[in-house]
Amino acid sequence: MKLQHKRLIFFSLVFAYISYSVFVYTKGTETKSGMSPEAHSGKNIFQEKNCIACHQIYGLGGYMGPDLTNVISVKGEIYTRSFIENGTAKMPDFNLQDEEINSLIAYLTFIDSTTVYPDSTIRLTWYGNMDKKK
Amino acid sequence: MIRIGRLFIITGITSLTLALLFGALASIQFIYPDFFPEIAFYKARPLHTSLAVAWIFSCGIGAVYNYLECTKIIRLRILGLLHWLIFNVTGILIIISYFQGTFGGREYWEFPPVLSLPILFSWILFGIVFFLSVYKVKSWPVYLWMWGTGIVIFFVTFMEANLWIFDYFSSSVVRELTVQWKSYGSLVGSWNMLIYGSGIYVMEKISGENFYAHSKIGFVLFFVGLTNLFFNWAHHIYAVPSSEWIGNTAYFISMTELFIIGRIIWKWKSTLDSAKKHANKNAYLFILASDIWVFLNLALAILISIPAVNFYTHGTHVTVAHAMGSTIGINSMIIISFIIHHFGWNNSGWVKICYWVINLSLGVFWITLITSGILKGLALHNGEAFGAVMSELNNWFHVFMISGVTLALGFLALLFHFFFEFLLDFPENLKQKTE
Repeated sequence: MKLQHKRLIFFSLVFAYISYSVFVYTKGTETKSGMSPEAHSGKNIFQEKNCIACHQIYGLGGYMGPDLTNVISVKGEIYTRSFIENGTAKMPDFNLQDEEINSLIAYLTFIDSTTVYPDSTIRLTWYGNMDKKK
Repeated sequence: MIRIGRLFIITGITSLTLALLFGALASIQFIYPDFFPEIAFYKARPLHTSLAVAWIFSCGIGAVYNYLECTKIIRLRILGLLHWLIFNVTGILIIISYFQGTFGGREYWEFPPVLSLPILFSWILFGIVFFLSVYKVKSWPVYLWMWGTGIVIFFVTFMEANLWIFDYFSSSVVRELTVQWKSYGSLVGSWNMLIYGSGIYVMEKISGENFYAHSKIGFVLFFVGLTNLFFNWAHHIYAVPSSEWIGNTAYFISMTELFIIGRIIWKWKSTLDSAKKHANKNAYLFILASDIWVFLNLALAILISIPAVNFYTHGTHVTVAHAMGSTIGINSMIIISFIIHHFGWNNSGWVKICYWVINLSLGVFWITLITSGILKGLALHNGEAFGAVMSELNNWFHVFMISGVTLALGFLALLFHFFFEFLLDFPENLKQKTE
């Protein structure tokens, strides 16, 4: 393979990558509503306590505890709050203040509003894709 | 004169030793959460993953410096030494932050984001040393392309992984997660470029032939890999509610990996012939193992890139099998091969025993993860409660823990052998050239 061909392929791929990155940064990744300051604060606590080491959001994260994407709508706020307040046999009690727990609940409520995971209404197509429109 | 490449390899071996200890701790805590509460699971897991990543990066970097030093083209050595120093100091600070429970809370890069700054700075030094050293080399072999690409891509994607600190990204959780996993996918590709490049370099040295590193197929595979590095990351986020074209692009691009699978099958006989020819070399044994793990993990990666399959496997231990199989089966095997070849430890019977313990344990470990992942995915989709599913899988998790511990013991036995051999000829081992 000639050097100019290698350079042409290489820089074409780099150009496509940059263009694609700009698309991903700006299109198709918006949420319907913004996160409230309280939910944003809850997100920070979620990160500071490294909750993702054990829990998942949208199926991304650790495997020790359950996925939390829809924990508010499925299990309810009171149930979730009691787990955060007291911990469990597997989850430590992080001794959070009421305000911090409220923020975490606000964050989880926001996440809950963005999607259903796993979405049992999804139809799988013959070519291996997921039809989310149904 | 102290060899920078070897300093990085020592850092890498130390990192892996610690990663294995914390990994074994985390796998025990997965079943017995009260075990050793001083370092609870939420600390043990990031300690394990960050040190494992440090092992891969440190040895990948070491291999590049080794090439520059062996070929005597290295320039600005002082920057390389500074790079090593910053790499180590930052690593120690990250470990301290984990012990203290001070987290940034981003999966796999769980340290406070301020510690990303010295990492980025040290990477600039690495880039300066590399490109100043190689820019006069005529007709770059494919591994120089791979190393150069890996260095630049890591810098870009590591910055990208930190974009969440800006409101524009963190205000939309979908955008933030999409960009996070976009950067992770490409970042893993960047270390693969360093490691696979090193593997090609080792094979060139073992066989004494440099045909592949300049061949058309070598560059075609490099560009296929680069295409996947750039665009095949969204199989991690099919479940994130972003636009469908993001997932569809990854699905389409991931199928180009079938070309690599096809080539491995096509070349199987010549691989076996080559295995017979070099069977007496420990370095080759590990390269051969990495070939087999490439095949298995690539097949798994292609399967979970199919959205219909991913729908059931996402968020289960199948994803862990994909990650562990790749980092241990492929990356670590190539790195160990490089270390054995570099230090000339090709004929040790102890290494052969470790080779079999590691690969057999990894096989059981990998199959256990896949099986428990499939069972978990099916059970959760059938509406079973999380706690009930985890209880049902308890026996599988015990096999996972036992095979994980024997895997760690196999690696530790190998690493202690490396330390022992290294210390036998210390400090000359830091200086002399054995290739």
